Amino acid sequence: MKSHVTAFAGGLLFGVGLLVSGMTEPAKVTGFLDVSGAWDPSLALVMLGAIGVHAVAYRLIRRRPAPLFESTFHVPTRKDVDGKLLAGAAIFGVGWGLAGYCPGPGLTSLAGGSATSAVFVATMVAGMLLQHLTQYVLNHPSRNGGPESNRSIPVANPGLAR
Amino acid sequence: MENFTPVPALVGGLLIGLSSSLILVAHGKVTGISGFVGGLLQKCTTDRAFRAFFLGGLLVAGAGAVVLAPHALGQPVASLPMTAAAGLLVGFGTRLGNGCTSGHGVCGISRQSTRSVLATITFMVTGGITVFVVRHLVGGF
Repeated sequence: MKSHVTAFAGGLLFGVGLLVSGMTEPAKVTGFLDVSGAWDPSLALVMLGAIGVHAVAYRLIRRRPAPLFESTFHVPTRKDVDGKLLAGAAIFGVGWGLAGYCPGPGLTSLAGGSATSAVFVATMVAGMLLQHLTQYVLNHPSRNGGPESNRSIPVANPGLAR
Repeated sequence: MENFTPVPALVGGLLIGLSSSLILVAHGKVTGISGFVGGLLQKCTTDRAFRAFFLGGLLVAGAGAVVLAPHALGQPVASLPMTAAAGLLVGFGTRLGNGCTSGHGVCGISRQSTRSVLATITFMVTGGITVFVVRHLVGGF
């Protein structure tokens, strides 16, 4: 029960942070990305503020043997830089620049009831499902009866569960 | 730089950093919005309640803004078809690259993850190129 409270409070605080910072205004996001125009550096300060707090807190928190409501920390440990990471980030950036929404601000804006935020969230979910499906098909070539049908392919994307 | 709003940007950023720290100390998790949503769309996910409560908090924050500060939910810059294309790319790309502005940009950089630093540089650069093309070459928004 307490863990539901901290999860909800975390989401609420995150949403308020996005709203206060200007991240839920698409024009501020595209203004930040538009280095060659009337550049608005505000979002650099959003990142600076968030990283400043979390970088210090991260070090203090990781001195604990475990978090409050779980037996271990679930922090990614991967170090390899692969094509999927960079291709995924590149594709995400194009979408971010097109509409000025990343996932958090898109969801936070839903309550505003605009068609734009509803379309953004619906197509974002569709894009996620499409990626999951693509990944599943690539990981299970046997379902297609292809030449590799006897070989088991390990899951190549352990971060998917996160 | 006429639209520069340094104080709200910094204060909002501090709140985002505090939220990520609360989630780490309480739940031991990286606060990654695309990952939280993506996990709810997969069968094998075990921490559904956590994800739902966090995302519920995000939605309630937005609802509060409708009442208290409607201007905070800014006007769209893209047409609906362009927004639909953007949503598909954001959804597909964040799942392929395992993160977005929160998971890579805030949490990953905070723990000096090379993967997250490179991902963040990559999506900032392609986002910048996209805005340049749409705004200055094509003449949209």
